[in-house]
Amino acid sequence: MIKLKHIYKSYRLGDIEVPALQDVSLHVKPHEFVSVLGPSGSGKSTLMNIIGCLDVPDSGEYILDGECVENCTENELSDIRGKKIGFIFQQFNLLPDLTAYENVEMPLLYHRISAEERHERVMKTLEQVGLSDRIYHKPSQLSGGQQQRVAIARVLAGRPSIILADEPTGNLDSVSGKEIMDIIKGLWQDGNTIVLITHDIHVADQAERKVYVHDGKLSDKETSV
Amino acid sequence: MIRKIMKLSLKSILNNKMRSFLTMLGIIIGVMAVVILVSITQGAATGITDSISDMGSQLITATISDSEVSVSADEIESLEAYPSIDSAAPVISSSETVKKNSNSGSYSIVGITPEYFSVRDIDIQRGRKIVESDIEWNTNICVIGTDVATDLFGTWDAVNGTIIIGDSIYKVVGVLEEQGSSLAGSDDSKIFIPYSTAERVTGQSGVSSVYIKAAGENSVNAAINSTEAFLLQATRDEDSYTVNNQSEVLDTMGDVTNTMTLLLAGIAAISLLVGGIGIMNIMLVSVTERTREIGIRKAVGAKRRHIMFQFLCEACILSALGGVIGLLLSFCAIECYSFAAATAAGINWMVGFAAIGFCLVIGVVFGSYPAAKASRLQPIEALHTS
Repeated sequence: MIKLKHIYKSYRLGDIEVPALQDVSLHVKPHEFVSVLGPSGSGKSTLMNIIGCLDVPDSGEYILDGECVENCTENELSDIRGKKIGFIFQQFNLLPDLTAYENVEMPLLYHRISAEERHERVMKTLEQVGLSDRIYHKPSQLSGGQQQRVAIARVLAGRPSIILADEPTGNLDSVSGKEIMDIIKGLWQDGNTIVLITHDIHVADQAERKVYVHDGKLSDKETSV
Repeated sequence: MIRKIMKLSLKSILNNKMRSFLTMLGIIIGVMAVVILVSITQGAATGITDSISDMGSQLITATISDSEVSVSADEIESLEAYPSIDSAAPVISSSETVKKNSNSGSYSIVGITPEYFSVRDIDIQRGRKIVESDIEWNTNICVIGTDVATDLFGTWDAVNGTIIIGDSIYKVVGVLEEQGSSLAGSDDSKIFIPYSTAERVTGQSGVSSVYIKAAGENSVNAAINSTEAFLLQATRDEDSYTVNNQSEVLDTMGDVTNTMTLLLAGIAAISLLVGGIGIMNIMLVSVTERTREIGIRKAVGAKRRHIMFQFLCEACILSALGGVIGLLLSFCAIECYSFAAATAAGINWMVGFAAIGFCLVIGVVFGSYPAAKASRLQPIEALHTS
């Protein structure tokens, strides 16, 4: 599903070149639930950006679902994001002026999907996350947990090949956090491929497999924390 | 999808009602300036050209400007021999003090022949016209314009009254129909006396000017040429006279009003342009404010053109809506104006729709840069802005 081979990525901060990822290789099989664990500044966000096609590596090879993506144009990357990847963000990233329904529908507008099918998918996924009674509420009228569930419904409506969750419980209280993790685990059991990025060992423990990022390097074992 | 995106643009405009309105105000004022100014100038121009054509496009006016040369009324009569000329009316004009009881004033005195009435297409409302025998007998009679009648006689009937022109007593035999103001000066404030009488009173032997009626619409040019040839032969000095035709005046007037209209439309268009810059400014602010929204949209699969289209749509809706509101307000303003000024100025819909079209162009032109800027935002950077 995901094959990262010898990925390098660095950022420029003024005149200094800051290495973010060094020789990272990662293989995620279909229907796998992998968590990427690392402290802040370790490079896990950069890794997430690259896996999520929000950014391209400086060098190395990235094959997503059988497709090479490291040389894609901006528009091709948009297309891949829309069709293959679903993001669950720490800040939910819902559009504040749109209702729950419109937020879930929004990504579908960028693909040629008929109005009936859009409606069907939106209603189904909102029901799946238990928000059938909140479809015309705006994010400001929803609790954090509910907002994150709208975000998950938005992901599911797009029917992605993989789901990328970046600290999905970071902004939530423990009860809502547990609810969200239960939903994510449910999605995995339904056959989705999930990559979860977190610094929280308890969250990471719920995944099938854990990998560690430390100072831009990836390992299967906890080296030194 | 296009409909969805347009709906979205409309929504974001409505979310910022005050700001959107202020942005549109520039366009509204611009459209109003263009539409109102053009409509009113064109209304005025139509009024002027109408009054000119009322005077008759078959009318040719020849004026002798050099007092040294003299062309007699008898010579003028020979003009009627030309096939292109229907009739010619010689005129002597001067200015005299006119008295009636305690009322007095300086009026324009015009010596005419009976042809004058048919050539100028003027009729009398009371009494009689000046006839051939008046010319023959040098009678001291006059026909007066309505303003003169009111000035000198008040509400009394002027016909059969007497007035003193210069040193002589004249009997008023007729009052002209009211003509209203016209471009060539109204006959309402003139006093007409027989040509021969005027010759005697003023001591002037030649005509001041000649009114000539062409034989038909198509022979106007031939009549002008004949008149010019005739006057050249009679005076032997081509600088001593001028020959004018109403259609020439009409053409000139048309040129003048077109230039005026263009000039005013140009000035008004500048305010539209300024309105467009206002839209660009507010769109740039909007792009900055909505960086995060753009990032989210891009993260879930929006392409550059989707973002571009969304912002372009917003700019176009703002300017087109401003245009429509401006057009409606102009309509109201012009209706009020024509009611208050009692003129028939109507809104020029063609200019109105052209202005709205221009607004859309402005929306596209001034929306392009902000839209392009929005579409080029990188999703990661856009997402990290809070």
